[in-house]
Amino acid sequence: MPLALELDSVDFAYEHGPPVLRDVSFEVEAGEFVAIAGPNGGGKTTLLRLALGLARPTRGRVQLFGEPADRFRDRARLGYLSQRAQLGVQAPATVREVVSAGRAARNAFGRLTAEDREAIDQAMERVGLADLARRPLSRLSGGQQQRAFIAKALVSGPQLLALDEPTAGVDVEAQEALSGLLARLNDELGVTILYVSHEFGAIEHVVRRLVLVRGGIVFDGPPSSLPGVWHDPSHVHV
Amino acid sequence: MFEFEFMRLAFAAGAIVGLLAPVVGFFLVQRQMSLIGDGIGHVAFAGVAAGYLIGVSPVWTALVAAIVGAAAIEWLRAHRTAAGDQALALVFYSGIAGGVVLISAAGALNANLFAYLFGSILTVTRAELLRIALLGLGALLLVAILLRALLAVAIDEEGARVSGLPVAFLNGAVSMLAALTIGISMRIVGILLIAALMVLPVIAAQRVAWSLRSTMGLSISIGLGSVLAGLTASYYLNMPPGGAIVLTAAATFVVAAGLETLRRRV
Repeated sequence: MPLALELDSVDFAYEHGPPVLRDVSFEVEAGEFVAIAGPNGGGKTTLLRLALGLARPTRGRVQLFGEPADRFRDRARLGYLSQRAQLGVQAPATVREVVSAGRAARNAFGRLTAEDREAIDQAMERVGLADLARRPLSRLSGGQQQRAFIAKALVSGPQLLALDEPTAGVDVEAQEALSGLLARLNDELGVTILYVSHEFGAIEHVVRRLVLVRGGIVFDGPPSSLPGVWHDPSHVHV
Repeated sequence: MFEFEFMRLAFAAGAIVGLLAPVVGFFLVQRQMSLIGDGIGHVAFAGVAAGYLIGVSPVWTALVAAIVGAAAIEWLRAHRTAAGDQALALVFYSGIAGGVVLISAAGALNANLFAYLFGSILTVTRAELLRIALLGLGALLLVAILLRALLAVAIDEEGARVSGLPVAFLNGAVSMLAALTIGISMRIVGILLIAALMVLPVIAAQRVAWSLRSTMGLSISIGLGSVLAGLTASYYLNMPPGGAIVLTAAATFVVAAGLETLRRRV
């Protein structure tokens, strides 16, 4: 399978700060569903930002679909659910308006075309929010808001979907619904998924690969091979 | 009151500003930069003072100063040299201090200055109306072209960055539009009050709106309504127009907040 993402001997530190990541190397094949977990401050969000070309490594190389991540041009191939997305709406944006915003990756300056509208309808349908298209986000549950932002990330037809702490502030039922939705997207559309969270319990039964990050990669393999101590909620990684 | 040309000109100029200010303010509020208008306004004051000092029309020097101030705030914010509110404070205080020094040097601490600080809509000339109309229409056209991209950034700035939108350019464009709005509007409600006309209609609309589209529509209606009602009140009640316009917008916010509370209880 071709590589969706490749990090080769990557170091990263913020300006005047200590190293956040050291000597990180790993590859993600197109179509993989990878959970990236680790303690808060362990560098997993930084790793995601490097992968998406939002930050440049201080050493090493990051490639997205074979191109340097920070110069990657075809960005409609990327879908992203940011950690703070749900907080970004001050006005009463509806589900349709939020999802439409994701379409700007393909058509930022013109009017919405028939193709755009069809993609928006499909994305809302896929996450089960078609009936709530005109509902303001502020009147939805945390899980529904999160699905609206996933639809926004999907609407440009991405080949790589990156989610940063998608289960923050969401109840257990919604977390399970999310893991089912992501598994379907991965199976049916072949979308490569990077799922970043400090907590991986909700997702470990659907991912085939788990990467634990704490300043570097401390585990990379199937969740079933993970040493038992990492499943202990009292362990220092949480 | 429309038998007087100065009232007809005032209503025409006011309508343009009442339309433009909330449109630009909508994006400032979404970016949690509601006070940027105040910051830029204070730099524009330094521009007015510079105009008096060098003998150039203060309208143009204020517009240039506003654009420089907006660029400075955006640069400081984007480069994380200072947090958004600190960048604003730095530009805000430097602007007002610079203005006081320059206006004193020009010996222009007089009533004319008040026309720029608090507006003088009843003295708008046909030439000024033409300038306001051209610049205002240009600003509205720019918003129309960038609308979808600006909304994408307002909803999720980081997501917009990942999807390849020119976020720095778009944020800069909003700041420039704010500067332009202040430059256009200072004869209408004044440098010290224009920020209110950008922000109050939007935060009032947000209380009762049901979508982004309705927020924008209601903001424009409230902005326009405030200008027209404020001007009418100022004519019949002999009040300063700038103050009357902003107080009308503030009263609309109080009504909208009351309606929101009522809706939640029902």
